[in-house]
Amino acid sequence: MSAKRAERLVNLVFALLGTRQYVSAARIRATVPGYEAEDGTARADEAFKRMFERDKAELREIGVPLETGRNSFFDTEDGYRIARTDYELPEITLTGEEAAAVGLALRLWQSAQLAGAAQGALVKLRAAGVEVDVGRALPLQPRLDAGEPAFEPCYVAARDRRELSFDYARPDEDQPVRRHVQPWGVVAWHGRWYLVGHDLDRHAPRVFRLSRVTGSPRASGPAGAFEPPADLDLAAVVAGQVDGEEQLVLVAARPGAAVGLRRRATVVGTTADGDDRLQLRTTDLTALVDELAAYGPDVLVEAPAEARQGVVERLTRLAGMAPGGSVPGDAR
Amino acid sequence: MSAPTADRMVRLLALVPYLQARPDGVRLAEAARDFGTTEAQLRRDLDLLWVCGLPGHGPGDLVDLSFEGDRVRVTFTAGLVRPLRLTTDEAVALIVALRTLLELPGLAEGEAVSRALAKVSAATGQPADRVAAVAVSVDAREQALSVVRDGLERHRALHLHYYVPTRDERTERSVDPMRLLLVDGHWYLEAWCRGAEGVRLFRLDRVDDVVVLDEPAAPPPQAEERDVQAGVYQPDAAAPVVRLRLARTARWVADYYPVERVEPVDDPPGGLSVTVRTADPAWARRLVASLGGAAVIDEPVALAEQVAADARAALARYGDRTGGEQDGAPAGG
Repeated sequence: MSAKRAERLVNLVFALLGTRQYVSAARIRATVPGYEAEDGTARADEAFKRMFERDKAELREIGVPLETGRNSFFDTEDGYRIARTDYELPEITLTGEEAAAVGLALRLWQSAQLAGAAQGALVKLRAAGVEVDVGRALPLQPRLDAGEPAFEPCYVAARDRRELSFDYARPDEDQPVRRHVQPWGVVAWHGRWYLVGHDLDRHAPRVFRLSRVTGSPRASGPAGAFEPPADLDLAAVVAGQVDGEEQLVLVAARPGAAVGLRRRATVVGTTADGDDRLQLRTTDLTALVDELAAYGPDVLVEAPAEARQGVVERLTRLAGMAPGGSVPGDAR
Repeated sequence: MSAPTADRMVRLLALVPYLQARPDGVRLAEAARDFGTTEAQLRRDLDLLWVCGLPGHGPGDLVDLSFEGDRVRVTFTAGLVRPLRLTTDEAVALIVALRTLLELPGLAEGEAVSRALAKVSAATGQPADRVAAVAVSVDAREQALSVVRDGLERHRALHLHYYVPTRDERTERSVDPMRLLLVDGHWYLEAWCRGAEGVRLFRLDRVDDVVVLDEPAAPPPQAEERDVQAGVYQPDAAAPVVRLRLARTARWVADYYPVERVEPVDDPPGGLSVTVRTADPAWARRLVASLGGAAVIDEPVALAEQVAADARAALARYGDRTGGEQDGAPAGG
């Protein structure tokens, strides 16, 4: 941006913030330096109009609440003003510890969209007199939102409530499939980013892993096109889709073995063979059965029958596996 | 509007209130740092503001600044006394990050985070539902995180038990902590492991019984921080190769682990052939066993045979219990 342009925009803010009255475009042209002066030609009027339109758009884009309206019935065209209460960040004072928390929080972002926004927030808080120290000694490298190219387009569409379409590659499908969604929000859950929204083709809420979005998601249609559910809890939607009912599983583990299971199991007795009987709780039986099968002869599943059967099936397939042979199958 | 333009406008509008809030003046270098810009750029910004002000643009209408040595202060604000409100993105960046910190009680003083969150939410004036477009739910063990943080802050060594899933072992170590990392939703401690004489990453949900020792943390000079941009699994290019064939239901392995040479195969239909490098064959063995037949090892052959042999040994135990006819048979075999 040329210095001239920046100067004109800053002067425009000063002019409109300093008045309660709506100021007409003609008056702005006459009093804010940098606009094409009136010389009676249509060309100069046209140049002013274009420049003023662009300036208004720029101010609105950085969040300046530019109002339009008329002071009285006698006004023939709209004027402009900036209401101070809408413009100004309200009073905020933070203690040293609170400011330290803010400084730490703002370092959690890495994507251009949110890291840039964090920097903007920081500048404004400092301008409000808050001393935010971001150089806190704690050696920490957080990255909440790194490495997900689909993050920004999905977040922006959810923020603006615009419909979104993207190609989605489920690992169990050969080709990515085009999906059309009303995006409600993006959520990091147990280390993975998901898009939660209403699937317009399947007419139901759906959860999408951002890493499986291929290519660049495209927003279409107007902003504010839909309303997410009022009591939406994004993390709960993802958790609800991933987790089932809690189940109890009983296994016999050889003494000293199955260390990983013991970290979260309760020992509830000893079997006739001298094994420890462990009780486990899970909301995802399939995942637990996968894990139990991997313990091999160290673990014997006792109950429920479904888990025991699942482990026997997996072991049978693994036992029949010959190097270079066929994949025994995955009838799960 | 391009981002640099927007950045400069935001800075220009924030500069006057920033100086107004610091009536004793600010050193230029400090102000430049606070705004994340250079001193030269900050000077250009101040020069520009000096000729801006209220309509009329007479001497009493313009922003007035006074310079004393390397300090600057504002003597007339022309009415620009507060910064602009936060945008939706700024409010989201701030509020979601503070909520995330609340979920990580070991990292910052919880009460202070709650209070900051309440104050910031009140000041942003953003409707709560807009902020809800992003949420973060992090998995973290509170106890380990706060002890590790304590060790890092006081530069003390740590003693801990670490669970190694690939070998199903609980190991005991003394380490010199270097830093905490949050990668893909998991917290890791990067530390010099005295026993292994090398830098190791410890995932905090696998750390048990961690205590701060009464001796200083002293990572040796050769302890270098690892670059985790590409993830925490960084295969050594010289490590042995394991070649796997994945059925459709196991194709997620290819996006979860760093794999090389991904090729579609016809057997099984829709399958993938992938190559992984690992210095730890136990890792590959456990991975394939946990896939329960949805992946086979094509290479190395010995590893494939071992997986099959382990499965047969395990099945034999179920045979003992379910079949019944083997009662009394000698153990083993």
